Amino acid sequence: MAVYAFYLIALVVLVSALSVIMARNPVHSVLWLILAFFSSAGLLVLIGAEFLAMLLVVVYVGAVAVLFLFVVMMLDVDFVELKQGTLRYWPFAVLVGVIFAAEIVLATVFGTTTNASTFDASPGAATNTEAIGQVMYTQYLLLFQMAGIILLVAMIGAIVLTLRHRPETKRQNIAKQTSRRRSDAFELKDPTPGQGI
Amino acid sequence: MSNYVESFGQLWGPLLVLGQIALFTLVLLLSIAFLLLLDRKVWAGVMMRKGPNVVGPFGLLQSFADFGKFLIKEIVIPAGANKTVFIMAPILTCTLAFASWAAIPVAPGTTSGTSWVISNLNVGILYLFAISSLGVYGIIMGGWASNSKYPFLGALRSAAQMVSYEVSIGFVIVTVILLVGSMNLTDIVNNQDGGFWNWHAFSFQNFPLIIVMFPMFVIFFISALAETNRPPFDLPEAESELVAGYQVEYGSTPYLLFMLGEYLNIVLMCAMMTILFLGGWHGPIPLGEDFVRDHPFLNAFAGLFWFMFKILFFFFLFAMVKAIVPRYRYDQLMRLGWKVFLPTSLVAVLIVAGYVAYMGVQS
Repeated sequence: MAVYAFYLIALVVLVSALSVIMARNPVHSVLWLILAFFSSAGLLVLIGAEFLAMLLVVVYVGAVAVLFLFVVMMLDVDFVELKQGTLRYWPFAVLVGVIFAAEIVLATVFGTTTNASTFDASPGAATNTEAIGQVMYTQYLLLFQMAGIILLVAMIGAIVLTLRHRPETKRQNIAKQTSRRRSDAFELKDPTPGQGI
Repeated sequence: MSNYVESFGQLWGPLLVLGQIALFTLVLLLSIAFLLLLDRKVWAGVMMRKGPNVVGPFGLLQSFADFGKFLIKEIVIPAGANKTVFIMAPILTCTLAFASWAAIPVAPGTTSGTSWVISNLNVGILYLFAISSLGVYGIIMGGWASNSKYPFLGALRSAAQMVSYEVSIGFVIVTVILLVGSMNLTDIVNNQDGGFWNWHAFSFQNFPLIIVMFPMFVIFFISALAETNRPPFDLPEAESELVAGYQVEYGSTPYLLFMLGEYLNIVLMCAMMTILFLGGWHGPIPLGEDFVRDHPFLNAFAGLFWFMFKILFFFFLFAMVKAIVPRYRYDQLMRLGWKVFLPTSLVAVLIVAGYVAYMGVQS
């Protein structure tokens, strides 16, 4: 039963991944990419790595792909013009493809692959989540923290690059706005006819 | 003969799941019909109107009349629209809204530690979080595919808003997970056994934490309003600025699906608040629980009653907020999400984690 599910989901992954590069409309490409991410999460569920599957959906589908979609929708790129020169790059593309395929073949031939029936998604712990937590926060704590700091530095860098101080923009002062009372803004007048205020 | 029985036994599991799904769908659809009416009645009551009162007694059948109207209207697709994506967006919204209900436990099971749930996932709360984070796609796709300005602006607003508030929702969920030590929704509910003082919103058994957990409960409620695009955070469909936002070009059945998905998400958020903070199916005072414990089915139905009662309570709050609070300005919305809720919930995670690590949890 699980085998049929695997083939079905794997087929969806392959078709959607192909469609990412085949689709003419870039927004459609991103939508196919989202389907590919989501189906890959299905594959992870099938081998019992449900925590990783959910993280894949939360991080990649829920956050990263939304930003992709944002950028692609906002960009006004002429893709016909962009695609004109692409044929020049095909030898490079073939080279990259061959290297990828060779690596995968080498890994499967010489690697110590575990049989699917003996594969354990959560070694040495009750659940997948615990297994990942134990490895990440004990064995690889330093690397994990370093990765976090690198991401923080990257984030601060991006903010510094894009932050512009423009003195002419009008800023909202929320404290001032909420502390405003009726007596500050209203004044009742009783003008006599023909006199005005 | 025995062969047939055996093959039926193999079929029994999948058939049971299919039956559960059908039951959940039916009950949800029926509840949505009446909750929609409740929403309109509460809103009308606050405004001193009567609300829908023509179709059926007290207007009880109003939602069914609306349903029929939406079904028999013509589906209009704008000429410049991207047809496939345009049709897919409402279907996606509705499907995702239904999908998240697969992990919601609604009543205690007949043996301890089990519950009435379609799929008792180990990462249940993460599953809910993942599915609800996908909800934004229905809106972006609908807004983009309409190929018109108001829907697109509405979709962009909505995407930014939902992504912002998801962050604080995530941190609030982490505080609850830290208290329970499990991501299984059934475990989370069972951790709040034995009276309202044990509910996570109050958590008297870990006394000082009430200072943290009650504000977290309030933050979750407000973020849930923003996450479901409900007033006062309904900027994606602010009618005075964007007509109806991403829904402008939708009518007939696609619109019905959008609205159905939206209300399902609201009820889902109510269910999540019930499970995470208000003890799920546990009654507020453990009176008579010893008696029903010997009668598992009575126990289950008592649990179901409390679960639905709490969802109804939260839905009433949602309706009251819609009636009372004026709409936020967009910069206020972003400020609230990023500058108030995010730091507060982050500090709360630190405090709860420190408490759990150094004091230990009493459950």
